[in-house]
Amino acid sequence: MKIPLKYTIRNFRTRRLTTAITVIGIALVVFVFTAVLMLAAGVRKTLVATGSTENIIVARKAAQGEISSIILNDTYNIILSLPQVAKGSDQRPIASGDVVVIINLPKIGVDGGISNVTVRGVSPAAFTLRPQVKIVEGRMFNWGAREVVVGSSIAKRFEGVQIGGTVKFGGDAWTVVGRTEAGGTAFDSEIWGDVSQLQDAFSRRGAFSTITFRMTNPDWVDAIKKAFEEDNRLQQFEPKTEQAYFEEQSEFMAIFISVLGIFITVFFSVGAIIGAMITMYAAVANRTVEIGTLRALGFRRRSVLAAFMTESMLISLIGATIGLFIASWLQLLTVSTLNFGSFSELEFSFTLTFDIILSAFIFSTLMGITGGFLPAVRAARLNIVNALRSA
Amino acid sequence: MKSIQASFDIPVLNNISLSVSEGDFLGLMGPSGSGKTTLLNLIAGIDRPSNGKVVVGGTDIGALSETALAKWRATHIGFIFQFYNLIPVLTAYENVELPLLLTSLSKAERKKHVEFALQVVGLADRMYHYPKQLSGGQEQRVAIARAVATDPTLLVADEPTGDLDKQSAEEILTLLERLNKEFKKTIVMVTHDPRAAEKAHTVRHLDKGELK
Repeated sequence: MKIPLKYTIRNFRTRRLTTAITVIGIALVVFVFTAVLMLAAGVRKTLVATGSTENIIVARKAAQGEISSIILNDTYNIILSLPQVAKGSDQRPIASGDVVVIINLPKIGVDGGISNVTVRGVSPAAFTLRPQVKIVEGRMFNWGAREVVVGSSIAKRFEGVQIGGTVKFGGDAWTVVGRTEAGGTAFDSEIWGDVSQLQDAFSRRGAFSTITFRMTNPDWVDAIKKAFEEDNRLQQFEPKTEQAYFEEQSEFMAIFISVLGIFITVFFSVGAIIGAMITMYAAVANRTVEIGTLRALGFRRRSVLAAFMTESMLISLIGATIGLFIASWLQLLTVSTLNFGSFSELEFSFTLTFDIILSAFIFSTLMGITGGFLPAVRAARLNIVNALRSA
Repeated sequence: MKSIQASFDIPVLNNISLSVSEGDFLGLMGPSGSGKTTLLNLIAGIDRPSNGKVVVGGTDIGALSETALAKWRATHIGFIFQFYNLIPVLTAYENVELPLLLTSLSKAERKKHVEFALQVVGLADRMYHYPKQLSGGQEQRVAIARAVATDPTLLVADEPTGDLDKQSAEEILTLLERLNKEFKKTIVMVTHDPRAAEKAHTVRHLDKGELK
């Protein structure tokens, strides 16, 4: 039979301070743990949301990202003639050959600080392919002009990219004529202009970075992959759904953040575990006579073990709940950092997922078990006569 | 339980044989360090002899496993300690209920037992008080209620009046006497208080590990 839970819970009240300090220690570790995972989930979510499952993006197989991919004009024409490429009402393929380059811009409020920004040259179909990108202020750039529209998160973080401003890159000055919003996707962190103007400016006439097209049927991904494998003019290129492509772009960053974060929290957790252990050893020492009495009354060793393990795990679960609660407020924050996948600035927000909540609870339970085990074993192994005598 | 027979030879107790018959009220006296408590612990099954046998009510308790012995204590022994040993975070009611949690009684049955036990010790009106809200004498009475709640065969009391004032001690001794007479409890009480010993039917003296 178990020692009643109220015994455990009421003992927290008798030593409020030590319990509170231990709980705070665990809460801090869980907070850091959760925050890091939320950051990684935020990167992943932003990039997954960026890509559509109805679009195929084609890049050179050897390319790590869009900036290192090159597709020449004749390949562009071969791809656009594939039967799986959807056509618009004007019978032209819904496809955009993009040129993606990275430029440096000064950051607002960071003296002398510059960071990389993605500039994407697009074809007119780009706005049909990516309907989430909308002009919310100013106007659309004119085709054939050195004009650009700027994503919202770039507009608020960098100097000179507000409407009416000019940005210098590619040996020319580009007028900012509009601001776009893209629903929290990576396109919010990009500058868009006319692809042919960018090709000129960067001496890349006749070459694109990637090609994105709408499929006539979203189930045709495999058919498209097969077509690329069988056509030896296309074998150097790899088609992927846009979503899968951007998700892969997030992997490196997400894994890097997770691994680094978990490494740090494991170090932190050693401190929290030792804290929990000290608290539990103190609890056992303070209640030696009680333990002796319970054992004399006929409670078994394992009941004593269970009672103290429960106590330790309750402490860590309360800590986890507090840590998670505080971390959940981070969802209101957006952060911007260099995405190693694209080598340019990406804005994203902390994202709390069910998996993260579950991981945080498992992590804290492990801390509770580790911290509580030795003290609980000591409690269970007390000799009854000695325990009773320690009054 | 017919009787208690104990014979053992351990450092504190030299080759002692003791038997207590059912319904007896035995007082064990002797100076500090004479081994009274050790003898009591052996009878109560919380200590084991290095040599010899402890047979209580026909069971050789030295031969029982740790788990079986815990179960045996829960069924047969009621403990009364010098410092009461109530659990401070539990109310009088919950303290008395503790040993009943080890039985198969339902919640309602446990309630009946607890209320009856507290009534016997005269504390039915203090059921929801915490130990620190009670006087020493009252605490000891709650402890006695806890000891008798499961209706054990044997009560072991280690200096039950050792920490009490004269009047409270008197009340506790009267209560023990009543449990012995009215409820036919076999009691083994360790004490060095002559007044306490007077209440016992039989008094044995331990000195330097030898029983007289």
